[in-house]
Amino acid sequence: MDRSNVDTDQIIPKQFLKRIERTGFGQYLFFDWRFHDDGSDNPQFELNRPEYRGATVLLARRNFGCGSSREHAPWALEDYGFRVLIAPSFADIFYNNCFKNGILPIRLPEADVEDLFQRVAAHPGYQLTVDLQGCTITDAFGLAKSFEVDAFRRHCLLNGLDDIGQTLQHDEQITAYERSRGMVVGGR
Amino acid sequence: MIESNQPRTLFEKIWDDHVVYAEPGRQTILYIDLQLVHEVTSPQAFEGLRLAGRKVRQPARTVATADHNVPTTDRALPIVDPISLQQINTLRQNCREFGIRFYDLNDRNQGIVHVIGPELGYTQPGMTIVCGDSHTATHGALGALAFGIGTSEVEHVLATQTLLQQRPQTFEIRVDGRLPFGVTAKDVILYIIGRITASGGTGYCIEYTGEAIRRMSMEERMTVCNMTIEAGARAGLVAPDATTFDYLRGRPFVPQDFDAAVERWKKLPSDPGAKYDRLEKFAAEEIQPQVTWGTNPGQVVGVGGNVPDPTAFADPADQKSAAQALDYMGLKAGTPITAIQVDRVFIGSCTNGRIEDLRAAAGVVRGRRVAANILEAIVVPGSGLVKKQAEKEGLDRIFQEAGLQWREAGCSMCLAMNPDKLEPGQRCASTSNRNFEGRQGKGGRTHLVSPAMAAAAAVAGHFVDVRQLNQ
Repeated sequence: MDRSNVDTDQIIPKQFLKRIERTGFGQYLFFDWRFHDDGSDNPQFELNRPEYRGATVLLARRNFGCGSSREHAPWALEDYGFRVLIAPSFADIFYNNCFKNGILPIRLPEADVEDLFQRVAAHPGYQLTVDLQGCTITDAFGLAKSFEVDAFRRHCLLNGLDDIGQTLQHDEQITAYERSRGMVVGGR
Repeated sequence: MIESNQPRTLFEKIWDDHVVYAEPGRQTILYIDLQLVHEVTSPQAFEGLRLAGRKVRQPARTVATADHNVPTTDRALPIVDPISLQQINTLRQNCREFGIRFYDLNDRNQGIVHVIGPELGYTQPGMTIVCGDSHTATHGALGALAFGIGTSEVEHVLATQTLLQQRPQTFEIRVDGRLPFGVTAKDVILYIIGRITASGGTGYCIEYTGEAIRRMSMEERMTVCNMTIEAGARAGLVAPDATTFDYLRGRPFVPQDFDAAVERWKKLPSDPGAKYDRLEKFAAEEIQPQVTWGTNPGQVVGVGGNVPDPTAFADPADQKSAAQALDYMGLKAGTPITAIQVDRVFIGSCTNGRIEDLRAAAGVVRGRRVAANILEAIVVPGSGLVKKQAEKEGLDRIFQEAGLQWREAGCSMCLAMNPDKLEPGQRCASTSNRNFEGRQGKGGRTHLVSPAMAAAAAVAGHFVDVRQLNQ
C-alpha cells in the first residue's frame, strides 16, 4: 500500500464501530477504498488486485495507523488475515494495539521499505518470510534483514500471553502502591 | 528509579510518581489515577472482564458518559439508529453491573468526555488519566499525564488500575511572544503540526511552554493539548499555574482541601535546568489564522496563503501525499484559500466545543446572516453545562438569529457516527481535529479552522481572514 499517513478512519470507517463484539471486522477493512458505493469491489485498490489476494504481510509508508485509538483497526486487519505490518513508522497507539491482537508491526528504515516496494513490483507473487524468533525478514532473492522489537512484547506475542494476567502477577506491588498513597485498595 | 536530586521535567515527575513496577527490558507498570469511559471503545473491554471473571479494581476512579454516537437533536425523542442505541444501552448496563458512575443522556452533566472531565474537576494536575480515545491528551492542559489507549488497554486498566507503558521521550515546544490579534489556540496548534508534521511527535510526550502558552486561558490550553495526537504524540502537557488553580477551584470533584492540593501541584512544573530530549521554538508573532487544505492536519496553511503545489515539496512521499490530498479535496494548486467556498459549517467537538469557543464564534456572527450558499451550519456544545452557560449568555439566540442551528451536546460531526454528517463532495469549515478522508462522511471534504474562522466562513460563504471581517 504505497501511501503514507494511512489513518485508522481509513482502516475501519466509523460506521462499523458500533458493534459490541471484537470479531467480524475484516469484511469492513479499508471499506471506503475497497468498495464502490454499489458494494462492488474497487479494482484499483491494492487489496483487490489478484496478486495481493490472501496477503498476510502489509507493506506501507510512514505513520501508518495514525489518528483514532480505535482497536477496531487491528481487529479488522487481523480478521482479514494480516499477521505482519511493515512500514518506516507507526502511530504509537496503533502500534501498541497491534501487539494485543497477535499482529507484529515492524519498523524498517525508509530505504529498506522502498527496497521492499521495488521487490514486490519486480516479482509477481512476491513472498516474504518473517521470523519473530530470530527477528529476521528473508525472501527467495537473497534478502536478509533484521528488525528490532521490544523483548517483552516479543515474548508475549510468541507465547500468546495475556497482558492482564501478566500484570496481575504484580498485584502485591499494585496494592502496596495504593497503600503508600493512602488510597482505598482496589480489587477487594 | 526516582532521582530527586536531578532536575526533572513535569513529565518525569508525574511518571516517576506513578511507577508501580519497573524492570529493564520490559514495559513499566504505571498506576492510573482516572479512567474515562465512553460507549464506542468500551463494550469489548467489559465483555473481556466478564469472560475472565474479573472485577473493576477501582470503580471510583472510573467515570463514564455517552458522547460519540449520541444524536444532537431533541433528547426527548428516541434514538433512531438501533445499533447506536444498543451501544449506549450496553454502556449503561455495564456501568450498573460494575458500579461505575455514568453520566447518561438526560444528565445535565453529560457531554464529550474530554469536556466534562476538566469541567467537573475530575481532571487534576499530576494525575495519570487514560481513555479509549486519542484526544485524551486534552487533559494535559491541566498538567495531567493523559493519553489515549486501545480497548485491550481499557480492559487492562479496569482490571488492574495500571497500564503497561513504554516511557516516551520528552519534547518541549516553546511558543515565545504574544499572539497577534485574532489568532487563537487552534491556529497555534495547527501551525505547530504544520511545522513538525503529523508524525513529528511520534514516541514523545510534548510539553508546551513559552509566553504565548502561559498567557492562554485553561480552555485555550485544552485546544492545544487536544490536538497533540494529530502531531503523533500521545500526550501533551502544560505546567499547572495560577490559571489552572483558578479554573479548578470550586469544581465538584476537586480535593476537599483545595489549598493543600494547590501546594502539592505547585511542585509539579519542570525544575530549572531540566533537560528535554528535543526542543522546537516558534514565534507567536508569525502565526496567522490557519486553514487545512489536505487530508491530514499537518497539511495546513495561513489564511493569506494558497493551496500548495505538490511538486513544491522536497520529499517524494510528501509530494505524493499532497497530490492524493488535492485530488480528494477537489482543490487546484495555487488557489487562494479565501477563494474556497464552503457548503457546511460545524462548530463544536472536544477541540473547540467549550464556552470560550462558542463566545468567539458568536462574536463573529452577531448581527450577521449565514451566506446563501451555506446548506447547513450547526453549533454543538461540548457538554450540557456548556450548553446551559451559552444559553444563559444568549449565545443560542445569536446563533439562531444568524441562521445557525443550536444542538444538544456530543461529538457530532467531528466523526459523524451520529446522524450529523457530510454528503459526498460537500465542503465543510470545521472546528474539529481531523480532516482525514471520509472522517465527516464518505466523500466529505473537511477544512480544519478555529471557531472564529468557521463562523467567518459561515457568514462569508467562503474562507475569509476573520480579522478583516471584523473591521
